[in-house]
Amino acid sequence: MNGKTLSRLGALLGIGVLLAACDIDRPPTETIQRGFRGDGQVQVTNPRVYAAAFAEQQIPDSAPPADPDGPRAKDVFENVQVLGDLSTTQMVRVMVSMAAWVTGGEGCSYCHVIENPALDVKYPKVVARRMLQMVRYINSHWTDHVAQTGVTCYTCHRGNPVPKNLWFANPVSTPSATFTGWHEQQNSTLPSYVQPGKLLPSAALGALPVDPFSMYLQGSENIRVQALNALPMNGMGASIQQTEWTYSLMTIMSKSLGVNCNYCHNTQSLQSWKESSPTRATAWYGIRMVRSLNNNFEASIDKVLPANRHGPMGDNPKIYCATCHNGVFKPLYGISMLKDFPELKGDPEQVQDYLTWKTPQPPPADYLKAQAEAQAQAVSAVAPASAPAPAVAQ
Amino acid sequence: MANYQNIFTQVQVRGPFHKGPPMEPGGSPWKRVGRPRFITLLGRFGDAQIGPFYLGFLGLASIVCGFTAFEIIGLNMWASVGWSPIQFVRQLPWLALEPPSPACRLHVPCGLNEGAWWQLAGFFLTMSLLLWWLRTYRRARALKMGTHVAWAFAAAIWLYIVLGFIRPVLVGSWSEAVPFGIFPHLDWVASFSLRYGNLFYNPFHALSIAFLYGSTLLFAMHAATILAVSRYGGEREIEQITDRGTAVERAALFWRWTMGFNATMESIHRWAWWFAVLCPLVGGIGILLTGTVVDNWYLWAVKHGYAPGYPPIEPPVIDPATIPGAGQ
Repeated sequence: MNGKTLSRLGALLGIGVLLAACDIDRPPTETIQRGFRGDGQVQVTNPRVYAAAFAEQQIPDSAPPADPDGPRAKDVFENVQVLGDLSTTQMVRVMVSMAAWVTGGEGCSYCHVIENPALDVKYPKVVARRMLQMVRYINSHWTDHVAQTGVTCYTCHRGNPVPKNLWFANPVSTPSATFTGWHEQQNSTLPSYVQPGKLLPSAALGALPVDPFSMYLQGSENIRVQALNALPMNGMGASIQQTEWTYSLMTIMSKSLGVNCNYCHNTQSLQSWKESSPTRATAWYGIRMVRSLNNNFEASIDKVLPANRHGPMGDNPKIYCATCHNGVFKPLYGISMLKDFPELKGDPEQVQDYLTWKTPQPPPADYLKAQAEAQAQAVSAVAPASAPAPAVAQ
Repeated sequence: MANYQNIFTQVQVRGPFHKGPPMEPGGSPWKRVGRPRFITLLGRFGDAQIGPFYLGFLGLASIVCGFTAFEIIGLNMWASVGWSPIQFVRQLPWLALEPPSPACRLHVPCGLNEGAWWQLAGFFLTMSLLLWWLRTYRRARALKMGTHVAWAFAAAIWLYIVLGFIRPVLVGSWSEAVPFGIFPHLDWVASFSLRYGNLFYNPFHALSIAFLYGSTLLFAMHAATILAVSRYGGEREIEQITDRGTAVERAALFWRWTMGFNATMESIHRWAWWFAVLCPLVGGIGILLTGTVVDNWYLWAVKHGYAPGYPPIEPPVIDPATIPGAGQ
């Protein structure tokens, strides 16, 4: 093998290594036209990536339907605060399903003390209660986004106690804290705290702001930046830096749904609703939904969660698009689990109450009374030794 | 019979160093410095001689200013990764020295770590460029040449100054200027187009692109043509201008037969000069008009009747923000 062949082989090998090192999926790709011909309104998918994502979206079988007749759960079980109106069989069915959806194989004991399942000793039980309310809230109040497909616990949790895609607040440095080198929360491969240590798509691959979540998915800052008139009418309008924040949010949404900009927009004029796809309106509602969930539900479990479930700034985990979507344009490819679980649908009036619930909610008065009586009995029966303090929900 | 061997069969000649035309007596006190040397590798595709070099006051000042700007930018980038050398190298394409935030408006200086470093770096870089421009002008004059290089460079400086100074001043905010940094300045470009309604609809931007593509095209055409006739001495361009030989005749006929018209040895360089100069010149005008005179180029195009409308494929979408009760 002479020098020329060797160097050619080396070049080919080098190119191969480079391609393997880059995040390139094997061609050919498939394109789906989603607009008028010839203007580039296509979704590009890679069948191999698609197949892998499809295999990941495993949907567990639903438990056989439960009998809605019979005594109500709140009359049979103690300390039932959310699912009291279900029949006992329905209630047990939901519990068994949750054990499969959320506990990561640990089963009922992840939330319950088996000897006395009514106790609120373990924090996951308190959190789960709030989560049940959240699921009902989403399914009844946010049909503009989830339609009749709806969500269940599995949609986010996918069998894990903690969903894979969450966000936490980023440690933010102020410019005056240092003399030089203020990075303005962008321009680096700063890790955004999405499951601590995991690099956020936007920060990992771009120099855009690393934390648009706090602004737009927790706060209600205005996302729109383009002018609505050809000529300047209202002063300067949005700045380039504001535009970069919006751009960052959009790249995160794109990555979270595994779609490109054309899925919602027409890049001829990104702001124009006339030119946009109906999915853009769905996404608009999605953003409002996420804000509401982060501020009403995720914030409320902040004090209940232990330190190891908080982010580096000590804040509770929060939701963004990928939490449900997991890299796919519809969670679980639009297959509805809710249709098998009408208990999780929620009643609009009932759901309004949930928004003002305190977490943790103190258990019902009669339960407290029963607990106090039981403790008094235990103390009198085992007189010398001190009885363990009643584990009442605090 | 060709007795000129083109570059790949070149025999490199070594003789006394070429000192260049004599300098004006009583002119600049600066002399050309540096002992010249030959580098064989360079000689394979160009002139093997390196040096001597004319430094001059303008050159020195430009290099000092440029170096200052470079250091300000680089050290701020390094500081932004906590002075870690590993992170500096790893994250270098993403690092930046950002302009001030909108709150600073047009103040000079802003807070030191809130944009003043950017202002300083920008000032020194601009001074460096302007001094270097003056240098290109002065050296041309000293060699009794035309000043075409200087005026072409001026077009590029025009675009740079529009982007970093004139437009931010007109719009009233330093925050509109371009950050220093590889990916960050590219993100600025994308964000600029996102903010102003798709810059492809800016007619000056379109014209600038035409000149850009035209320049690339002309460069390839001219380069290929000369190489193709180098066997007839085509690369001896000045001689071919003043006394047309078979090289230029063949080149001209090639293009005449291919596309119906041709340039001459002199005129092709005028074509190339104008295309290259008009690209940043016209582009700078386009940037200047954005945000000052026009706020959304797509809507401006609609207003002036050149934005294409496409037949709708999906049912029309209503902006949810306009539906009463839909929330914010």
